Amino acid sequence: MSEASEPIVRIRNLSKAYRRGTQVIPVLTDINFDIARGEFVALMGPSGSGKSTLLNLIAGIDSADQGSVLVGDVEITRLGESDLARWRAGSVGFIFQFYNLIPVLTAYENVELPLLLTHLSRRERREHVEAVLNVVGLADRMDHYPSQLSGGQQQRVAIARAIVTDPEILVADEPTGDLDRASAEEILQLMDRLVHDFGKTVIMVTHDPRAAEKAHLIRHLEKGELSVT
Amino acid sequence: MGIPYSYSFRNLWTRRLTTVLTASGMGLVVFVFAATLMLTEGLEKTLVETGSSDNVVLLRKSANSEVQSGVERYQASLLESQPEVAIGADGMPLLAKELVVLINLKKRVGDKPANVIIRGIDAASLKLRPAVRLKEGRMPRPGSAEVVAGESVAKRFKGCGLGETLRFGMRDWRVVGVFDAGATGFSSEIWGDRDQMMQAFRRPVYSSMIFRMRDPSAFDAYKARVEADPRLTVEAKRETQYYLDQSEAMATFLRILGLVLTIIFSVGAVIGATITMYAAVANRVTEIGTLRALGFQRKSILASFIIEALLLGLCGGVLGVFAASFMQLITISTMNWASFSELAFSFTLNFSIVWKSLLFSAVMGFVGGALPALRASRMNIVEALRAT
Repeated sequence: MSEASEPIVRIRNLSKAYRRGTQVIPVLTDINFDIARGEFVALMGPSGSGKSTLLNLIAGIDSADQGSVLVGDVEITRLGESDLARWRAGSVGFIFQFYNLIPVLTAYENVELPLLLTHLSRRERREHVEAVLNVVGLADRMDHYPSQLSGGQQQRVAIARAIVTDPEILVADEPTGDLDRASAEEILQLMDRLVHDFGKTVIMVTHDPRAAEKAHLIRHLEKGELSVT
Repeated sequence: MGIPYSYSFRNLWTRRLTTVLTASGMGLVVFVFAATLMLTEGLEKTLVETGSSDNVVLLRKSANSEVQSGVERYQASLLESQPEVAIGADGMPLLAKELVVLINLKKRVGDKPANVIIRGIDAASLKLRPAVRLKEGRMPRPGSAEVVAGESVAKRFKGCGLGETLRFGMRDWRVVGVFDAGATGFSSEIWGDRDQMMQAFRRPVYSSMIFRMRDPSAFDAYKARVEADPRLTVEAKRETQYYLDQSEAMATFLRILGLVLTIIFSVGAVIGATITMYAAVANRVTEIGTLRALGFQRKSILASFIIEALLLGLCGGVLGVFAASFMQLITISTMNWASFSELAFSFTLNFSIVWKSLLFSAVMGFVGGALPALRASRMNIVEALRAT
């Protein structure tokens, strides 16, 4: 597969620093890094190493000081705020440590949320939502509210929400961080399936070495700089 | 498409207690707002329904009410013979020369004195007021010291009930009937024979004249001619306009009072709504971050919280209007500042008041929700997501 080796994410000379008063704290320093299409990448490193910031920059929810991030053909570091939001809606799926489901919406409605930003009809949306809930094995729980689901089930709903728009990349920030071993294993298997069966590109930040094992590639960040393992 | 309305609605429902408490505060303000409008409406309706648009009232120029007016007998004769005056079935003109005097009577409850209008009526007076119907007893005999009392006066003032005796004009007057005038100002009057009353009150002139127009559309021409006639010092008004003018001072007073009260109260209610909405935003920082990450625009977040605040306001509006609707059961009396007499009327609710009240509550919700919603929409995504 020639397509598989073509990088979907290209990061060039990326730098970011936080400012506290007059103090400048560098978080990322001159990062250069490609991620191939269909790859499962784990970003590891100690707290404060900048791995979440890197993930946020790739996902287009944070802005860089210098350098560029290209996802597919789009240089997202150049997009304005509205365009960036539009780009996120179609191109990135988010998986969070604490699932971040909307508590007042049912599993079905949570998964449907990103589709409300598309031009799909109600019937088409229903088809998409049911299809992805089937993928994560929760089609029978679609009318349940998040509070009626276990942690593992909530994370599966969150994954369904992340993939419902069929985005190019999925970003996951500690997706197993709040789960017990068994649920974490289920989630990791599901993510593995998304990479293998559905050809998704997954970028995951994790502390958990067992989670990182599932990845094709582990990148270590230390004081804002990358090292390859 | 933005964030679904159900999101805003269900968030309110999830925080039921807070929602109900905040909405009740707003409801109270809407209640005051609606009640004031209902009061003004009731007053205007009562006074306006008192008049009939076919009837013309003739008063002395620059007199604001019948009480201040006087029409000389020779002018009355001239006016009586104008061609615009309609003729009744009995061949007599449908015109009444009346006397209107204020007297002081004690209320049945509390013994407090209040002014009551005494109207000396003519043969045609009753025909000119189709709203007035005898309810009990009979009409006074011409030339006798007998009176009939309006229902509201009969109920509320001492000596005005059927069979009771009133003393005024240095004579005793027997109440021989009670009339029902619906929701009109006549319900707050006492009627008796005009000539008897003119003698009793030592009045050489009539107070006012009222007649039915043969052709109501000829009013403007009639008014112009009569008011320009050098022999006459009268002013012609349609009866409806006359009573509308009477209600104006009071209605304006009520409206200003109500508005001032409502504005002061609404500041409190708006602050309540703001606190509630700030709390709602603070509790949902992560949700806001998530929605933004998913690709919802700032304006969608703004709209969603504004809708939530509007719904909150409307809940208050519905509560307030619901409570205010019960005020319709209450009849109150107050001084009619134009005639200085007591006037009984009830709170009147109509569609326009409901609409205005709900609009007002929505505006309060909007004002209260604007700042919190703006704050929600301006959050930094990364910081919001970190708030977990």
